[in-house]
Amino acid sequence: MAVTSTADIGGHTDQSAKRDPVLIGLLAAAFVLMAAYALGILPTWLYRVPEEWIPPTAEMLDVVFAFVQNDLGLIHLTRFIAEGPLEFLLDATANLLYGKRRWPYLGPIPWTAIAAATAVLGYYLGGWKMAALAGGTFVWTALIGQWDIAMQTMSVLIVAAPFAFLIGLLLGIAAWKYKWVDRLIKPILSILQTLPFFTYLLPAVIFFKVGPTAGAVATIIYAIPPMILMTTLGLKKVSPEVVEAGKMSGCTRWQMLTRVYLPAARTELLVGVNQVIMLCLAMVVLTAFIGMPGLGAKLLAMMGSFKLGRSFEIGITIVLFAIMLDRLSKAWVEKQPYHHEKGTPWWQQHAYLLGGVALFVIFYILAQFIDFFAEIGRRQSFSKGKEIDKAIKGFLAIEGVNAVTDWLRWFLNVKVLIPFRNSLLWIPTSAFILLITALTYWIGGKRPAIWGFIFFTIIAFSGWWDRSVITLYTVISAVIISMLIGIPLGVFAARSAKWPRRILLACDTAQTFPSFIYLIPAIMLFGVNDVAVVFAIVIFTTVPLTRYTIEGLRTVPPEITEAADMSGATRRQKRWSVQLPMALPTMAVGFNQAIMFAFFMVIIAAFIGTQDLGQELQRTLAGTELGKNIVLGLNVSLMALTFDLAVMSWAENRKKVLGLT
Amino acid sequence: MKKLTLLATVCSVAMMGAAASAKDSDDPIVIPIHNWSSQIVMSNVVGQMFEEMGLNVEFITTDSQAVYESVRLGDVALELEVWEGAFGASFREALKKGGLHDAGDHDAVTREDWWYPMWTKEACPGLPDWQALNACAAVFATAETGDKGRYLDGPVDWLKHGQERVEALGMDFVVVNAGSAAALWAEIGAAEANKTPVVVFNWTPNFAEAVWPGEFVEFPAWEDGCDTDPAVGPNPDALYDCGNPATGYLKKAAWDGMKDKWPSAYCTLTKISFTNPQIAEMAKLVDTDELEPEEAAEEWLAANRAVVDPWMAACSS
Repeated sequence: MAVTSTADIGGHTDQSAKRDPVLIGLLAAAFVLMAAYALGILPTWLYRVPEEWIPPTAEMLDVVFAFVQNDLGLIHLTRFIAEGPLEFLLDATANLLYGKRRWPYLGPIPWTAIAAATAVLGYYLGGWKMAALAGGTFVWTALIGQWDIAMQTMSVLIVAAPFAFLIGLLLGIAAWKYKWVDRLIKPILSILQTLPFFTYLLPAVIFFKVGPTAGAVATIIYAIPPMILMTTLGLKKVSPEVVEAGKMSGCTRWQMLTRVYLPAARTELLVGVNQVIMLCLAMVVLTAFIGMPGLGAKLLAMMGSFKLGRSFEIGITIVLFAIMLDRLSKAWVEKQPYHHEKGTPWWQQHAYLLGGVALFVIFYILAQFIDFFAEIGRRQSFSKGKEIDKAIKGFLAIEGVNAVTDWLRWFLNVKVLIPFRNSLLWIPTSAFILLITALTYWIGGKRPAIWGFIFFTIIAFSGWWDRSVITLYTVISAVIISMLIGIPLGVFAARSAKWPRRILLACDTAQTFPSFIYLIPAIMLFGVNDVAVVFAIVIFTTVPLTRYTIEGLRTVPPEITEAADMSGATRRQKRWSVQLPMALPTMAVGFNQAIMFAFFMVIIAAFIGTQDLGQELQRTLAGTELGKNIVLGLNVSLMALTFDLAVMSWAENRKKVLGLT
Repeated sequence: MKKLTLLATVCSVAMMGAAASAKDSDDPIVIPIHNWSSQIVMSNVVGQMFEEMGLNVEFITTDSQAVYESVRLGDVALELEVWEGAFGASFREALKKGGLHDAGDHDAVTREDWWYPMWTKEACPGLPDWQALNACAAVFATAETGDKGRYLDGPVDWLKHGQERVEALGMDFVVVNAGSAAALWAEIGAAEANKTPVVVFNWTPNFAEAVWPGEFVEFPAWEDGCDTDPAVGPNPDALYDCGNPATGYLKKAAWDGMKDKWPSAYCTLTKISFTNPQIAEMAKLVDTDELEPEEAAEEWLAANRAVVDPWMAACSS
């Protein structure tokens, strides 16, 4: 049954969808509106929402914020937190890691001591490989001359990650315990996850003072959502037998939570921790835009003075840190708690801890006598910035490269992108909303269509229609191009056993590379125009498409491929009529992620030069226009959510039809 | 580094005694740094001077437009590079609101305008005259601009009025806005590979002069009122029909409370005045010699004792 219904690869649930009267009605209405506009008989208010109809949302939000901030005195509370406990913690870690002159006046800890201690931790969690990765990352950072800036970043990360974990855990428990919290929190989480990061930054600055404090707050907020989701997920999955056992031993409610539920949900919670750490790292780099010192700020400064090689090196450091933190926390997930036999001496129980401390102390003492062990200055470092610069410039000077990029620039710009953008902008707002409704209806069914209609109507009344359409145009163009690259790549990789791992590693690296580092090569290859913008996004969005294509193809149940073999399908038939259709729901998840990534990246691409929402958002960062910032951010979020709802609903339905759930 | 600060403290005590710094608060003087090298090095130079005077200094990275609000509120104590063209508007606005004041000009002058790297001159020999530039507009054409030339202006929020000028002077150019300074450099850097002629927005003092020699386009000279009165300039009906001022100011700004909280630091700040070559040298140490800003500042200070010592000496008695 499953196989027969997959004969149609096109994507919709069944053939009759094509003749759905609702769909036809929506499309017909949209075309009538467009035809009317082409003939010049469309009332102007159907073409674009007139200025005077647009509610002053931004101004109203500003008033609300001013009220909350000043009249309710929230700013005093937030400033107190910022200048009190939060700043205190940040100062303490800053002192330890890079020697900022604050309490406890002990730092900076020598790099050798930190590297040795983390290597021991790595060994404890995952053997020699982890030890090499953990220690090696710190050694690289020190040798390349980026120790101080890396520690500036880490000092915030160390404070932000535990907070995000704790808040996420508590909210997650609340959402699991009380239905109404769950219902309240769900939509907020969806919006938070699609909100552009610029919108996290400005409120943080206004309420929590420029610098590390605001950076830490923005980072914490950014990293909370996955922790909440993983906590509820984990707690819901705790098996009734375990709960029964707890009840039988007469646990109190507190004991039930701390001794039964949380330990049983350990794996999910630690996956949450992993996510928190990764998001924290990603955000800590981005908070450079609001004055957070560290790797991100250095990277921006290096890009600002056209130092490609050094920017690239900083990028590598960030990737190494990301991989190290990711692998270490994953190793922690897999390592089940080990219980020593009774009577084991305490030093044996804590052998690793003692070893780590011993090495730490040894290097700490050594560093007092040998300067090299304490700090590596710029002149001693092994940075190869200039050489990389030369290599990049040499590559760009190659005739063949130029010919290709020039042709691509001409072709994509003149033949594809500009006409596409102009035609999207030409479509009257009313018809556009109907088209989106029809599209979401066709993909996801009734509910996503209703939401799509509501969301795009809100956007139409936000006063930023044209910019929203340009944002959408960039996203669509980039996603289509990355589908053309990413899906074939995934299909090709899934054919063999070796390739998937290599490609997935490349995917991981491409994704953890700080996103704005792609902007410069994009400009150098294509110049400041839409091609560069789309190219920068494509690098980012191809990753999930490839990843999930591989994933989807490899998890097709073997019974089904065997069935295909037995019925005498050729390899080609098997791929096109069996494997791909079965993999589609998983691929849809990748497609959805690609769209989300594109909405994220299109905002960053404002640094190349765009005329979309990102450009306006970037402008608001310099000032205090909080209302406008939030309106713009919500527009991005609403567009992303429209697609998210439609695609996810499609994938759900599809899985049901295929019996994959 | 630790040793150096220690050395510096010892020196400061030896040089001026405890009396000079006794009046100044022990709270750190917060100095803002932005994302271009000369400003970062200059801030470090001044920071190290303050440290030599026995004061505590702290640096904070901020946005270069939003910083005036921070100076006004006392979140940061001063700003060392107030460019007339780029930050004049933000500075004047903060001045109006109160809380910060003008702490004197640097000797250096600033200029921002249409600019081209030297190799462009081969394709368009009449440069730097703007009419010659307009005559060879086709040389600057790209796939998207058709037969019109392409001018890469600074980010929209820098408000450089490139579009207005093109219209006012009837030029055959399309104005494209870059999204960031980095985008401007990437564009020049890409053009350098095969010496493509480009005309972009640029300014001086700036590291780019050292990397890519170039010149500013000479537009009709700036007259006061060019941006407010259509009658001024060659086109009687349009604003922005002349070039930007060729000698804009470079100021220092200080928080009003700085004078009382750190009197000797404030006094030194008012004495400080860097010249164009000095600023270029600071930028070069970082941009070409690849030093870290703190090291660059140490080096620059060591080589320029004769310049900075009088500023400090004048305020220590």
